[in-house]
Amino acid sequence: MSDAKDAMVAVPLHRVAHGRAGDKGNRLNVSVIPYDSGAYELIAQQLTERRVLEVFAHRGATGVRRYELPLLPALNFVIEDVLEGGVNGSLNLDGHGKSNSFLLLGVEVRVPQRFVRPVPE
Amino acid sequence: MKQPFRVGNCAGFSGDRVDAPGPVVDTLIESGGPGAVFFEVLGERTVALAQLEKRRDPLRGYEPMLERLLEPILKRCAEHGIPIIGNFGAANPPGAARVIAQLALRLGLPDLRIGVVHGDDVRERIALAALPVYEADAALDMGGGDIVSANAYLSARPMVEALAAGAQVVITGRTGDPSLALAPLIHHYGWAYDDWARLAIGATAGHLLECGAQVTGGYYYDPGFKDIPDPANIGFPIAEVDTDGRLVITKAARTGGLVNAQTVKEQLLYEIHDPGFYITPDVTLDFTGVSVRELGPDRVEVSGVRGAPAPEKVKATVCFDGGWMGEGEISYAGPNCLARARAAAEVLLERLRLRQLAVQPRIDLIGVASVHDGDGGAKWRGYNGGEPDDVRVRLAVSARTQDDADQAAREVLALYCCGPAGGGGVRWRTTQRIRTQSYLMPRGDLAPGARVLSAKEMAR
Repeated sequence: MSDAKDAMVAVPLHRVAHGRAGDKGNRLNVSVIPYDSGAYELIAQQLTERRVLEVFAHRGATGVRRYELPLLPALNFVIEDVLEGGVNGSLNLDGHGKSNSFLLLGVEVRVPQRFVRPVPE
Repeated sequence: MKQPFRVGNCAGFSGDRVDAPGPVVDTLIESGGPGAVFFEVLGERTVALAQLEKRRDPLRGYEPMLERLLEPILKRCAEHGIPIIGNFGAANPPGAARVIAQLALRLGLPDLRIGVVHGDDVRERIALAALPVYEADAALDMGGGDIVSANAYLSARPMVEALAAGAQVVITGRTGDPSLALAPLIHHYGWAYDDWARLAIGATAGHLLECGAQVTGGYYYDPGFKDIPDPANIGFPIAEVDTDGRLVITKAARTGGLVNAQTVKEQLLYEIHDPGFYITPDVTLDFTGVSVRELGPDRVEVSGVRGAPAPEKVKATVCFDGGWMGEGEISYAGPNCLARARAAAEVLLERLRLRQLAVQPRIDLIGVASVHDGDGGAKWRGYNGGEPDDVRVRLAVSARTQDDADQAAREVLALYCCGPAGGGGVRWRTTQRIRTQSYLMPRGDLAPGARVLSAKEMAR
């Protein structure tokens, strides 16, 4: 049993962590909070600033800054110039960028099976 | 044991559920302890939209749902000594005060004390060219529109002054959102304005509560992954703060939703950039040492926040006329719907070129790729997945004039007869746009204050 639990699997981040997006002007922040604190280090290793910038590249993102909160634990990503001018200038239906948490939660991560939430029936 | 002070949140934005306040007030009354409630209904540009409304009708320009929100709770709050604080003044705090005064008279509360905070409207005081731009907005192109509104983020202090003068309702325009919850705590406990440790706890309570159901399981709800009870009846949040500054987040009794470590963590980082340096007008917060602990069902203790002095400069948000947006949508469904939708998109873009309308367009294929796509449409253009059952084409344009925006949006309407085949359900509209940019103002340039009168005086 322990072998199966420790086996590394590739899954969407959404099955390992949750998060929320918020905006200020043309700048977006997305938090990433692992369901199991034990997954924090592995997620932090894989969700680099460069990787997150790639996820938002098609939106015009110019930079990503990552803040680490190991006590919660959580990561906070601040993504620049990603909101097509922000809520007031954007032509995007979601000018606030609120749905972008789930864009980031769609990236693939590799973690031991024990950290992965089952897909609901 | 002495009861903690309870601060309840009754709205997290303009447009929130109007039946949320009742259970929050019920819970505060049943607790038997001291408390206050606040409404946060003023987003960054809401005040500009309110200014536009006030231009059309000088009596308006305040929160449109004001009476609907307050009528169920005003009398009970007055009778039980629960102050109501809200930024529902928007662009017209005296106008909101008159509405509340008239409501109070109708409810038999002629002596209700109403406080109105002034000083956030800085259109007369702000010299934009001389001020540094707030860093997050530095790259925005303002396009040189006329100023619609300019409002500084006031601190808790004028609200505290109103409470000290006996106000049972405090009406503000722009103020720091967390300050709305901090003010009654400063008033109740007599915290000093440089007691950074305690101010930090009160401001953190405000930060966690200011978006209403975002901390009580509402915006958290992700079926199968993050389930909550009774999502149609989410309880709004309540913070308990005791004399030692212990902070517990809970929610209204007998409601849906939940408060757990995860809901609190999500909201703690909401709209935060550097978690070690979160500026409010009252105190600068450092969340890097924060931990959360579940004490029991719907009870989470938040500890470890640190406070430092607020900066000397105050943020002021200026809203400019931002031209117009035109939008049109049309649906395609059934066999070959994706190809018909793509064809419609290409026809629309070609029509804008042929007519030489002065607009910047964007296309979405709702059901294929929309909110996660960029303005260039890379996701829908590159889509090679399965055939959807139903696609909705959306054209959005920005334009200087309403006529250009309208003419572009009407190109979607024209697809009814001009094709492609089977398009239906057209909606189109134009919207006046507001652009915002924030500046840093010297605190000394502001002259905030509060005026407190009875309902019968105010209604005159």
